[in-house]
Amino acid sequence: MTATTVEGTASPGRQSHRTPLRWGRVLTVARTDLRQLAQARDFWMPMTFLGALFYAIVPAVLLTTIGRIGSVEVIARVSGALEMLPETARSQIRGDSAAGQTGYALAVFLFAPMAVIVPLTISTAVGAATLVGERERGTGEFLAHSPAAAREIYLGKLIASLVPGYGTVAIGFGVYSLIVNVTVGPEVGGWFFPTAQWWVMILWVLPPFLAICLSLVLRLSARVSSTAAAQQASGLVSLPLIGIAYSQATGVLMGAGWLPLWMGAGAWAVALISLARGMRAVTRSRLLGVGPGL
Amino acid sequence: MTGIRPFTVLLDRVSRSFGGQPAVAELSFGAPAGAITAMLGPNGAGKTTALRLITGALDPDGGAVRVFGLDPGRPADGEAVRARCGVVTAKPSLYDRLSGLDNLRYAAQLYGLGRGNDVDRRLRAAAAQFGIDEALSQAVGGYSTGMKTRLALARAVAHDPELLLLDEPTSGLDPESAAAVLDLVRAMTSSGRTVLLCTHLLAEADGLADEVVVLERGTAVATGSPAVLAAGYWPHPQVRFVAERPADLDRLATWPGVVGYQREQDRSVVDLDDAGRVADLVMGLSRDGVRLKAVEPHRPTLEDLYFAIQASRRTASSAPTPAQAPAPKSAPARAPAGAETPLDPPVEVGR
Repeated sequence: MTATTVEGTASPGRQSHRTPLRWGRVLTVARTDLRQLAQARDFWMPMTFLGALFYAIVPAVLLTTIGRIGSVEVIARVSGALEMLPETARSQIRGDSAAGQTGYALAVFLFAPMAVIVPLTISTAVGAATLVGERERGTGEFLAHSPAAAREIYLGKLIASLVPGYGTVAIGFGVYSLIVNVTVGPEVGGWFFPTAQWWVMILWVLPPFLAICLSLVLRLSARVSSTAAAQQASGLVSLPLIGIAYSQATGVLMGAGWLPLWMGAGAWAVALISLARGMRAVTRSRLLGVGPGL
Repeated sequence: MTGIRPFTVLLDRVSRSFGGQPAVAELSFGAPAGAITAMLGPNGAGKTTALRLITGALDPDGGAVRVFGLDPGRPADGEAVRARCGVVTAKPSLYDRLSGLDNLRYAAQLYGLGRGNDVDRRLRAAAAQFGIDEALSQAVGGYSTGMKTRLALARAVAHDPELLLLDEPTSGLDPESAAAVLDLVRAMTSSGRTVLLCTHLLAEADGLADEVVVLERGTAVATGSPAVLAAGYWPHPQVRFVAERPADLDRLATWPGVVGYQREQDRSVVDLDDAGRVADLVMGLSRDGVRLKAVEPHRPTLEDLYFAIQASRRTASSAPTPAQAPAPKSAPARAPAGAETPLDPPVEVGR
């Protein structure tokens, strides 16, 4: 008779469902995704153009035109439109001339959507392809067999999707600041941008909206069967979110007191819940392409 | 004689379905430590699913999986199991946009080797084992299929795993590279590692596998060492004779020591009670004036064994009633039952 034994030590009893989160692995996944993205010229070239269009080309053309326009009548008509702004916003407008006031209002209040549309678009495009892309390339199998926990993979992918979007904001914000200060600054008594509200929007309000959007997009990316399907579904998810983020951003810029901070806090609460729920969408079976619905 | 054989991998009545279709059903087998176990079976037999269950990439619907004594389905155990495994999947699973070295670095970091020059040296050494070190700076997208497979193999062994799981590791390789890979697999077990090899290429497992598991529709239909399994189908030494006039050999059927005789076209297959009788038979035939053209002892290959198992299965399943079924020469590998513990696999011992 021959007995059989199991090599190693049997695990005693039911263990904790969770293993400690290893940030080293999270950052490894993120870094590798970003490295691949850097190699994908067909992706980052159009995205760079998108950022340049919204943060540099359109503002530079419009603000320069307003500043150099000769017709007093046209300026008066445009500055008349500023009457539609809320009182809190109108009280902040600087500048003695109609051209200066118009340029200031455009720079501070009306270009708010740029700060929202660009990062959401870029991060959505990256996030939509990230998990389904692993499956399509067959590399999901490598990750599924690796020691990395599913939530480490999820967080790595999240960071890799956030960085391009938010990185574009950081660079774009700097370029935009330079443009508006150079074009409008002389009319309103010197460099004035970024204003306090813009700092709040960029540092406090925009990040949670990016996180909400990405948590939904990554969830979709984990569940759909192709990158094309992920892109389409992500577009449907991100469009209303862009609308909400736009209105919130505008409210932050035009609002006063604690309102912007409260709006940001609300967005963060929703983002954290959404991220936690999204984490469950990434499973090893989905990385293999055999999960439910795949 | 009683022997204690540690098993690195044990599956006990494991089942897994996809959309109601069973991929593995009541699958039981063990992979002994330090040995090469080959999972054989046609495409769709459940080999890849079994491999995924072993690393915990998939959870079973039922049954138990133990690897190193751990349950890979539990998060903490699964992480420990996967860290000790090296896996080569049927597709190389490489990142085409990254260089070969970056692919290896990615795996090294996920498997806890870290970063730095020492790690790079280790990765280059692993790549050199498979002759891919010269191409490490190139993007993997430009690699040939064979180069990708070699890089995947290097990635699988770079962290010095105790258990190597190979899913069709030589697919897409030229014969020379395939032979090199199989040599390396052999070398891995000589240093104490356990290898589980999935393949439908019987020739590549022949002479390599210490144990075989024959899968059919997700179930192990035979398990054990090739020698023991072969003895079940060919219990007696077998010799093939070829004579100028084949009918002259028919006299062998009644000679002493001949326990089985069958004429197949131009040759005769003779089962003997003892392999030592071959010389007597040759001398006897010579005395009778039979002009022999060839005398060939038959050593069943893994392919012979595989088809014998399949034939036996077909015969058994097509028989109208058990009483009418033709009796096999010997029983195939026994059903997965009767183990001493719930996790004892249906292993035929005899290595």
